[in-house]
Amino acid sequence: MDSVARDATGAGDGSAADGVTATYDARGLVELDGTVPKIARIDGEKAVLDARDLSTRKINGELRWLLYEEGLKDVTILNPSARHSLGVGILTRCRITFEGSLGYFGCGLIDGPEVQINGRVGWSVAENMMSGIVVIESNAGSLAGAAIRGGDLVIKGQTGARTGIDQKGGTIIVLGSAGSMTGFMMQRGRQIICGDVGPGLGDSMYDGTLYVAGKVASLGIDCVEGEWTDADAELVERKFRIYGLGSPPELRKFVCGKKLYNYDSLEPSERKLVL
Amino acid sequence: MCGIAGIIYSGGDRAHEVGRDMTRMLQAMKHRGPDSTGYALYRPAAEGYVMHVKLAESNGKADFDLEGRQRRQRREVETRMRELGARIHGIAGKSDHAMTVTFELDGDLKRLADYVEDVRGTEVLSLGRSLEIVKDLGDAQTVAADYGLDEFVGTHAIGHARMATESDVDIANAHPYWAYPFPDVAVVHNGQLTNYHGWRRRLERAGHRFQSDCDSEIIAVYLAERMAGGDSLEDAMRRSLGELDGAFTYICVTEDALGVAKDELGAKPLVLYESDELVALASEEIAIRKVVDREIETYDPYEGAVMVWTR
Repeated sequence: MDSVARDATGAGDGSAADGVTATYDARGLVELDGTVPKIARIDGEKAVLDARDLSTRKINGELRWLLYEEGLKDVTILNPSARHSLGVGILTRCRITFEGSLGYFGCGLIDGPEVQINGRVGWSVAENMMSGIVVIESNAGSLAGAAIRGGDLVIKGQTGARTGIDQKGGTIIVLGSAGSMTGFMMQRGRQIICGDVGPGLGDSMYDGTLYVAGKVASLGIDCVEGEWTDADAELVERKFRIYGLGSPPELRKFVCGKKLYNYDSLEPSERKLVL
Repeated sequence: MCGIAGIIYSGGDRAHEVGRDMTRMLQAMKHRGPDSTGYALYRPAAEGYVMHVKLAESNGKADFDLEGRQRRQRREVETRMRELGARIHGIAGKSDHAMTVTFELDGDLKRLADYVEDVRGTEVLSLGRSLEIVKDLGDAQTVAADYGLDEFVGTHAIGHARMATESDVDIANAHPYWAYPFPDVAVVHNGQLTNYHGWRRRLERAGHRFQSDCDSEIIAVYLAERMAGGDSLEDAMRRSLGELDGAFTYICVTEDALGVAKDELGAKPLVLYESDELVALASEEIAIRKVVDREIETYDPYEGAVMVWTR
């Protein structure tokens, strides 16, 4: 954790960036701008940052400065304006509130934060989350919670396609409907979808559990209905209680049929060597 | 990757600054494709027709005779149009390699377009009573400045920021595509079509012309053929979901409608905002927010969606 904090400081104090004269790259796409604006209003352990006129890099730089250097635990960001890649790679316990919508890859690669998004998010929100909480008040795009390993992702609206693709742990709760191939290639973890799901539910899943309250357009390859147990009821009720979502709807449970499991015939080691 | 955008205002013929809207939306998605930018802009139907003609590629071979050739091309296009009975009201050329002709015609539009395209190096980019297609290399601000698009007032528009994948970076392979020879129909596409060559052979045998090697051109020609067969735009779009393979989100526009179709895997993004005043859609919400600058309710339409709005 320390090394991360120092990295953020190095980029943030302006000394490293002052010597850089380039203001754009050959394609005009990247802003080489490492200075932190330090304009957030700080009040005790809390801070409010108006991001309206800041670039993505400045917003993320400011956020890191507030959390790592100033040691704050509660940061609110106003006017995120649907920009991409905000709040990524935050690796500390804290509370972050976005007053508005995020674009793609919002809050990806996080480990620890509790994030509240009072708006909508684009594709790949919370991708690769290790731990923490991300609550979205409105809709999410496709690939929500891609490859998460832990933590809870709560989406109060609907999501697009491939929700929780390659999920390796954690819990995804969607109060609305979800698109096609929900839980595609899922390996572990849980998803609770309170609305309908599109075609190909749980396609090519290895393990994990999908709970669906609404209509299932079709099941994917090797996804089968599972037997409901007390442990399922306990989990669903606990998660709904934690996030104040009321009483859970009646759910069906879907798991991997394991018909495609061919792990007995292991790959010969000499072939691995060649590869 | 590519970025696509569309905006349509409700309220009939009332004009809005759709050119400026589209520049803002496309510029916000420059990171999705900086190679070329294209606009299909619509104004309330006029008495006559507007034809946008490309005389040469803007990054084509600049030999010693380029200027003279383009001058002769201009003259030839004009002569041929008059020959077929067109009453020309005006000829404008924002750049050396493009010309815009406003005219009236009682005869066969397709014959006119065919005859103009028969002039070596010439391509009819768009033809219609309300449609104007402008496309060139560079980002939205560059193209808008070169062609004066920010001043365009109209009813609806679509646009495209292109990241070239399978075909060249030039005007011929840039979007939007006009659904030749249907006046006022244009298409922008984000994705890849995997049965392009099969469709191209089939449609070429049926007599359709192709001006590029870009897979997206198929969609415009496909819709044109379906509509020639009597399909409505929406029916043609619905049918395309089963007949076109690959990953796609495409936006199609006519004189008074704007439609969008998404493939059955939902592989390509689209964010939609609907209000009483307007409908705006784009590959990313950040583009919509450049036109509607406040927190808004948006969502991603699902796989296999076909939606059409009229102004």
